[in-house]
Amino acid sequence: MGEGEEQVKVLSQWPSPFAIRVLIGLEEKNVRYESLEENFASKTELLVQMNPIHRKVPVLIHNGKPICESLIILQYIDEVWPGSNSFMPSNPYDRALAKFWADFIDTKFLGTGIHGILKKTGEAQEEGKRYMLEYLGLLEGVLKEFSAGGSKPYFGGEQFGFLDIAFICHTCWFEAMETLGKWKIPWESEFPRLLEWMKKCRERESVHKIFPDPHKILEYAIKFREGYLRSN
Amino acid sequence: MSMEGSGEEGQVKLLGASLSPFVFRVRIALALKGIHYHFIEENLQNKSQLLLQSNPIHKKIPVLIHNGKPVCESMIIVQYIEESWGNKAPNLMPKDPYDRAIARFWAAFIDDKVVPCLRGVFIGQGEQQQKAVQESVVNLLLLEEALRTNPCFSGKLYFGGDEIGFVDIALGGLSGFVKALQKATNSVLIDEENMPLLSAWMDRFCEADGVKEGMPDPAKVLEFISAMRVKFTSPPTAK
Repeated sequence: MGEGEEQVKVLSQWPSPFAIRVLIGLEEKNVRYESLEENFASKTELLVQMNPIHRKVPVLIHNGKPICESLIILQYIDEVWPGSNSFMPSNPYDRALAKFWADFIDTKFLGTGIHGILKKTGEAQEEGKRYMLEYLGLLEGVLKEFSAGGSKPYFGGEQFGFLDIAFICHTCWFEAMETLGKWKIPWESEFPRLLEWMKKCRERESVHKIFPDPHKILEYAIKFREGYLRSN
Repeated sequence: MSMEGSGEEGQVKLLGASLSPFVFRVRIALALKGIHYHFIEENLQNKSQLLLQSNPIHKKIPVLIHNGKPVCESMIIVQYIEESWGNKAPNLMPKDPYDRAIARFWAAFIDDKVVPCLRGVFIGQGEQQQKAVQESVVNLLLLEEALRTNPCFSGKLYFGGDEIGFVDIALGGLSGFVKALQKATNSVLIDEENMPLLSAWMDRFCEADGVKEGMPDPAKVLEFISAMRVKFTSPPTAK
């Protein structure tokens, strides 16, 4: 790929797990890109122009053409820059499974688990914590299966792939979840594979570069929660 | 209608309910590809062991079981069908990566925005239902606009171009349900005046080979929706 042949921009926000996915994906493929930080107070004209339907980050702008929705962007990145490291599994069945679990992570894990702790109080928050433990248990089992009992490091098996990227972006929120929920997730006793997997992923250059500081995420989460509870 | 799954493609079973729009999406994909399968009608009040085993997470239909392995979530199943029978025409996904991303975007839009609004119309009452109708119309108008202005779709017979594709199946699978919902709730969701392209597209879709044969019986869908809505409004029975 020659210099100046391609223009790749990402409209991003540093705490957004969805934006983090896209940046990790581009790093993994060694694609040169420019990251443009959207602020929270108001949306830029570029964002509204590039994603008029949802007006949300991330947006990948490839030679002027926008692609929206993080999981869709990951698939696009994989197809446009195949390289030697495919994100998607090689056979249709495993691809369907990867998509199924990525969807589970974004709907149940995020919606009922993470948001159940971030946005709720009292008994409702306790329920959120219970769901999170249940879902971590399911994902621990999925990792066991997909990693061939732990003989391979990732959800993608040997390959750091689609499902790994889809999930790792949410893991910087665990410190915030534990602080806000005033609890500790029993990683060593209940989810040792996930714990090991997170360590392995954090060692990757792409994740190391892009992953936000969990402390900063905690600060952000505290402010978010205060604001949310005040207006709801 | 059930056909024995056999042959070099292996065994294909579909767990479903004949009135479900999500099941219909999968049936359309299978019909378009000419894939033989065995349809198993689930009783959703009394789910089979096979369903519970095949989709333990959501316990929902449709589930496609191909050579014993289950695939869940209707649009994931449609992509799976396209990839597993990629050599069989028609192609349900575009070839170009950008066009594929656009197709996936609009299918996701239909599932994330349109479907929840329609659900709101289905179960809602009074003011809440009115709001759901308005939101449904807003989202359907975005699809109308996409048909009119998006270079991927504009001027073509279907979202997929000359032939039915991924987005057509995502939205078209809901056609019967949408039409019956309009009747049952006395609301207008897709109207010819404000959505001329979408209306024409829906008529074309419903008449297409591979779709019209498997369309759920409109009278039965209306009966189902009306019966469910009575349940939603009735006070819970005392034990």
